[in-house]
Amino acid sequence: MTLITRRSALKLGLAGGVFAAATPASALVQIVVSGANFAPLPIAIPDFASSDPSFGREIADIVRNNLRRSGLFAPLDPASLPTRVGDVQNTPDFLSWRTAAVDALVMGQVERGGQIQSSVRVWDTQAAQQVVGKSYGTDPQSYRRIAHIVSDAIYESLAGETGYFDTRVVYVAESGPKANRTKRLAIMDQDGANVQYITSGKSLALTPRFSPTRQMLTYLNFEDGNPQVYLLDLSTGKQQRLGSFGQMTFSPRFSPDGSTIAFSVETGGTTNIYALPIGSSQPAQLTSGAAIDTSPSYSPDGGRIVFESDRGGSQQLYIMGAGGGGAQRISYGEGTYSTPVWSPKGDLIAFTRQSGGQFHIGIMRPDGSSERLLASSFHAEGPTWAPNGRVIMFFRDPGGDAGPSLYSVDIWGRNEQQIPTESFASDPAWSPLRT
Amino acid sequence: MRSVTPLIGFLRGVVLVALVVAVAACSRTPTTGVGNLGPGGGAPGSQQEFLVTVGDRVFFETDSSALTPTAQQTLDKQAVWLNRYTNYRILIEGHADERGTREYNIALGARRGSVVVNYLVSKGVNPGRITTKSFGKERPVAICNDISCWSQNRRAVTVVQ
Repeated sequence: MTLITRRSALKLGLAGGVFAAATPASALVQIVVSGANFAPLPIAIPDFASSDPSFGREIADIVRNNLRRSGLFAPLDPASLPTRVGDVQNTPDFLSWRTAAVDALVMGQVERGGQIQSSVRVWDTQAAQQVVGKSYGTDPQSYRRIAHIVSDAIYESLAGETGYFDTRVVYVAESGPKANRTKRLAIMDQDGANVQYITSGKSLALTPRFSPTRQMLTYLNFEDGNPQVYLLDLSTGKQQRLGSFGQMTFSPRFSPDGSTIAFSVETGGTTNIYALPIGSSQPAQLTSGAAIDTSPSYSPDGGRIVFESDRGGSQQLYIMGAGGGGAQRISYGEGTYSTPVWSPKGDLIAFTRQSGGQFHIGIMRPDGSSERLLASSFHAEGPTWAPNGRVIMFFRDPGGDAGPSLYSVDIWGRNEQQIPTESFASDPAWSPLRT
Repeated sequence: MRSVTPLIGFLRGVVLVALVVAVAACSRTPTTGVGNLGPGGGAPGSQQEFLVTVGDRVFFETDSSALTPTAQQTLDKQAVWLNRYTNYRILIEGHADERGTREYNIALGARRGSVVVNYLVSKGVNPGRITTKSFGKERPVAICNDISCWSQNRRAVTVVQ
């Protein structure tokens, strides 16, 4: 109950006519998102005005798809709107939009030149007010980005949270028979567009994670026999092994400031967690003992680390200080818990839980309370957070000789969607908002 | 009557064992298995002999790295063979089944490999000959969605090279 109360305070949503505004000064109504009571906000997005009308339509389509897939918005059929093409120069005829039962209206314009320039205004037709008006530019090679940037502006203005559309996802692309499968790193936009393959597939590549501050990944590479942690610079493609520690290193993740990597080191069957400042050769040992301690993930303030350990007999989640020590168990449900990932907002920890012969993707507060399972199936694993901490991506595998696919779900367990990929896909990792 | 019952029970047990052996033999893939070799056990000291008459792998219970009595018997035979033919280098591959998460399974595969190494060393095998590698759940040999496959994938394989 407390979790729902807290969620109610998020002010997700605006203008839509479910509840009256608490703040009369804004003159806007708000949607309160909580559980099943929520209905997506209808929103009108005519094609963007452009000297190339098909380009204006394509950009508007990307924006409409983004907002629809978020689950918070229900874009109206463009053919049903009073105006088919956007106009950012003039104030809309609010009466005709209200007559068409449109409360939220997006007017956009886009032009392709040396740069791509786009302007957008979001209107509340009931209040006859502009919610936001902005202009953006991107280089012409990445025209889809302008649509994602505009989508983020709309989402932020109406949902009261930062967006997550101008982001990418790195994942493991899988092909070939299950017993000898090729697994290589790939990167795509969050909507599945612009796929690029990063590693060759000669060696197994697993568990990629984004740097929060640079165009850099850390991941697991089997090239040297035993798996080892690697760093990969996305702008140059250059990669290097993190270092030589123990027999095997794996399960890497960046600290929130991007300066340090926490990871597991295995020696003689024992797995402990270490932290290494990038560029240093002296890792600090954070856990000790004969257990398997792995999957470290920092709190957003960098002060704590959540990890999984079987020190108590089965895999459970623990939190310790970022310098090691003082580990406290936080998971107590039936079955085992693994792959904890701290939300970039700090309020929740996502995890994989196995119980009752099933795998579940769930969330809990950092004190272990308010656990909620968001998705369950024969196999599901590996949650990653959208940068706004409100959407999770993970993978499911139906087993047999088939392979895994990526899915997203929001933290209320709603709006589950499969992410289109051209091959089997696993281990998604969401990037920060691009800059 | 009473004297017959144990006999039937015994025969049933034999049939069951025979079935298990047949299933295990069929499901292994040509490149890694022991069940697909031609007639004969291979020349003394050959890799084929190791596969056929010794057995190159041991199996584990779910989420366990403890050696079962059967596994210990296999490793005892491996140790005798390896101590006789000291020209081989030894790679111990640790594997996990698909019913676990990726990172934990990499650690579990390493722990299983380590248990096998320690056992072989305790039986006199020179640790300097042995290297280990964990594959986690990335290289299953049996592909299906039930325990008949998972139980074959939870394994440590001794590769002589």
